[in-house]
Amino acid sequence: MPKVTVDGVEIEVPNGYTVLQACEEAGKEIPRFCYHERLSIAGNCRMCLVEIEKMPKPVASCGQPVGEGMVIHTDSEKVRQARRGVMEFLLINHPLDCPICDQGGECDLQDEAVGYGRDHTRYEGSKRAVNDKYLGPLVKTVMTRCIHCTRCVRFMAEVAGVPELGAVQRGEHMEITNYVERGLSSELSGNIIDLCPVGALTSKPYAFTARTWELRKTDSIDVFDAVGTNIRIDARGAEVLRVLPRLNDAVNEEWLADKGRFSIDGLKRRRLDRPWLREDGKLRPASWDEAFAAIAGRIKGLDGSRIGAIAGNLCDAESMMALKDLMGALGSANLDCRQDGATFDVSNRAFYRFNTTIEGIDEADALLIVGANPREEAPVLNARLRRRWVETPGFVAGLVGAPADLTYDHEHLGHGGDALKALLDPAHHFTKRLAAAKRPMMIVGSQAFARADAAAVLASCWQIALQTGMLTAEWQGFNVLHNAAARMGALELGFLPGDKGKDIAGMMGGGVDVLWLLGADEFDMSRIGADTFVIYQGHHGDRGAARADVILPGAAYTEKPGTYVNTEGRAQRALRAIFPPGEAREDWAILRAASGALGRPLPYDDLDALRARMIESYPVLGEIGVLRRLGHGGGAAPRGDSGSVSDAPFGRAFATYYQTDPISRASQTMAKCIEEIILPRQIAAE
Amino acid sequence: MNDMTEPAFSFDDTSEALIPAIIAKYPEGKQASAVMPLLDLAQRQMARQTGHAWVPRAAMDAIARRLSMPSMRVYEVATFYTMYHTKPVGRYHLQVCTTTPCWLRGSDEVMEACRKAAEADGETFSIEEVECLGCCVNAPVVQVNDDVYEDLDGPRTEDLLDRLRAGDVPPPGSMIGRQNSAPEGGPTTLFNVGGGKQEGGAE
Repeated sequence: MPKVTVDGVEIEVPNGYTVLQACEEAGKEIPRFCYHERLSIAGNCRMCLVEIEKMPKPVASCGQPVGEGMVIHTDSEKVRQARRGVMEFLLINHPLDCPICDQGGECDLQDEAVGYGRDHTRYEGSKRAVNDKYLGPLVKTVMTRCIHCTRCVRFMAEVAGVPELGAVQRGEHMEITNYVERGLSSELSGNIIDLCPVGALTSKPYAFTARTWELRKTDSIDVFDAVGTNIRIDARGAEVLRVLPRLNDAVNEEWLADKGRFSIDGLKRRRLDRPWLREDGKLRPASWDEAFAAIAGRIKGLDGSRIGAIAGNLCDAESMMALKDLMGALGSANLDCRQDGATFDVSNRAFYRFNTTIEGIDEADALLIVGANPREEAPVLNARLRRRWVETPGFVAGLVGAPADLTYDHEHLGHGGDALKALLDPAHHFTKRLAAAKRPMMIVGSQAFARADAAAVLASCWQIALQTGMLTAEWQGFNVLHNAAARMGALELGFLPGDKGKDIAGMMGGGVDVLWLLGADEFDMSRIGADTFVIYQGHHGDRGAARADVILPGAAYTEKPGTYVNTEGRAQRALRAIFPPGEAREDWAILRAASGALGRPLPYDDLDALRARMIESYPVLGEIGVLRRLGHGGGAAPRGDSGSVSDAPFGRAFATYYQTDPISRASQTMAKCIEEIILPRQIAAE
Repeated sequence: MNDMTEPAFSFDDTSEALIPAIIAKYPEGKQASAVMPLLDLAQRQMARQTGHAWVPRAAMDAIARRLSMPSMRVYEVATFYTMYHTKPVGRYHLQVCTTTPCWLRGSDEVMEACRKAAEADGETFSIEEVECLGCCVNAPVVQVNDDVYEDLDGPRTEDLLDRLRAGDVPPPGSMIGRQNSAPEGGPTTLFNVGGGKQEGGAE
């Protein structure tokens, strides 16, 4: 542990620290453009110059390792002079277009120029101008503003694993480009907008929309996958204008997937902003009272077993709790949250959680993926897997399921159950490699449970995990990767068929007379019996609303406070950024009002009371943000018969990453992504 | 999107025969180091096949696949070095030196002659202004594809270009018959050297 002196303060820092990190440790701020904690060191902006005694020249602190007894000055006259010089060079070719630049107000260059910039330029030559590049429908470029920090290049190559950006030409002619003028094909491409220290890369859909100081910032949770990415919703008035990631090292570090960032324009389209009632086969606008009266009229006298409820993929735990209570009050045990028809063994939480935890990925040294494509189902988590692969020599990965480009090398072991059965043999070459690893992990996609032999799949996977040392007291390497934000919350709440209750298949085809869909759009509506009375409560006029007899307009995730449980089982709370449009209301409140109209009022009148009741019944949902990481606690293996897995291949969870739910289907930006990113590649492949 | 104008590319038999030897020069797992020789190979193949020495994008993609590296990394290398042409050049690519010694000895006239030729027939001639080619003694010089022609002036350059146009490629080197970089018009020193015995200095 070398001791260094930073501006007269002696501190001790770990070996291998850079001078910049040491200065930060000492509480000194070092300006930087190219350096970023989560990317490799480039050292090309030269803004982080510091003075180190006994060194003849100022040193770029980002790339200089600390040495014993270094005496560092971060704020001497020499340092300030050097940084001013660097800044002057950076600004030579940087246009003075801050007033029309989207980065204005949150621009590193602007901020640092206040400290180190001159009040005028001494440069009289002509500035260079660079053609803008086409990087797809998400990232807008103004390349003349680029200062060549190469953060975007490094991000795409190192974190996203899609090395489509690079620096071509050299010297004065250097340009950042993808060369081929095709949209970036990464699901994490939006992050280069955050990384860009200037306004060269900005958000295309957000262009010229707002200034950062006009925005109201609300902490929330992303609902477009089950990672539980921490986000900040920036709104102005009644409009959500953009979504940015928040820092959370345990979950998303500082990344956010493109669907969560860019599908927010879908929140303004196809919205249900008033109740609707179907009369003579046609939907007509109605009042809340009429809607509730219609529901009460239909449910009156109906036995509880003829009523069912299905919760969708974007629901918060509170609304599902309220719906579950309502169904309980009506005497119904017909609940389901698994629109894809998946079957989970809920006898043990370890059977349906991401037990290793997302942070735990950083310890794994072997990986088996079964029936999942983490790149599409959880892009941020996949970036973590990729980093582990990059950093760990000898990291092996295998995939059973649909072939996919995961951005890291992996062995494709087969498509379906036959490959899984083969892995049960300890002599299988991949099983041997897993067994040889110190901390092997397995990720089973929720898609792998959406088949008739789900119990057998679980049993086989569990047995492979047992055989290969994934289940020890210190290390729990068995993981289920969900792809719906609501799924874990629903499972924790037990939003599942109760005693003698029907599951989703049982409710189809006239299995129930009244079906309450809480934002459920992801199954084939034609399976619902023709005579079934469908109540759709949700925020988008999507598949469910099209089939509904009564539509109750609810709130989208930005419009209600809610608890979401991510695939690890980590409960996180989102806050309300804006109010729901028109007559739409928060979902729990709709259910509370409906319960009154049905003559079975729920025992809470505000969200706090609902939460208190929820947490009392399900304490896990009250442990906000914390997650106890557990080893394998022994216990029984799942009940299924591992030998009876059918050979059928595992399917893909989504047809396309960009449109998976009512919000992203309503989003024009996501439609453009398909048009400009997916289709050209499909055509090129053919 | 310039996909339409980009020609297809695949290594021909002559190139294929050379590739394994090139890749074998680099350690196992570092085969990406072969990107520069392979770019050169592709450029020469294009010259052989089409008469124009350049590297189309399809060739860079083929190299990326061959060396298991991202295409972008190949584009970066190819655009960084000026000797790889990422746009088509003429059958004869004229690199005119305009650095001080050549300029003092009249590279402006050479440049003018070359520019006229390139403007008249871009298919045959393309022109590039370059820095020192290392032949200052015989300045001014022009590099035509791989060879350097020295001791030029305006008329001699025009003559050279005429011969190139006619397909009569003169031997490289001095265009006034100078031997290597010996003094113009024959030796000026060491007249008495002979008979195997050498004496220092001129008389």
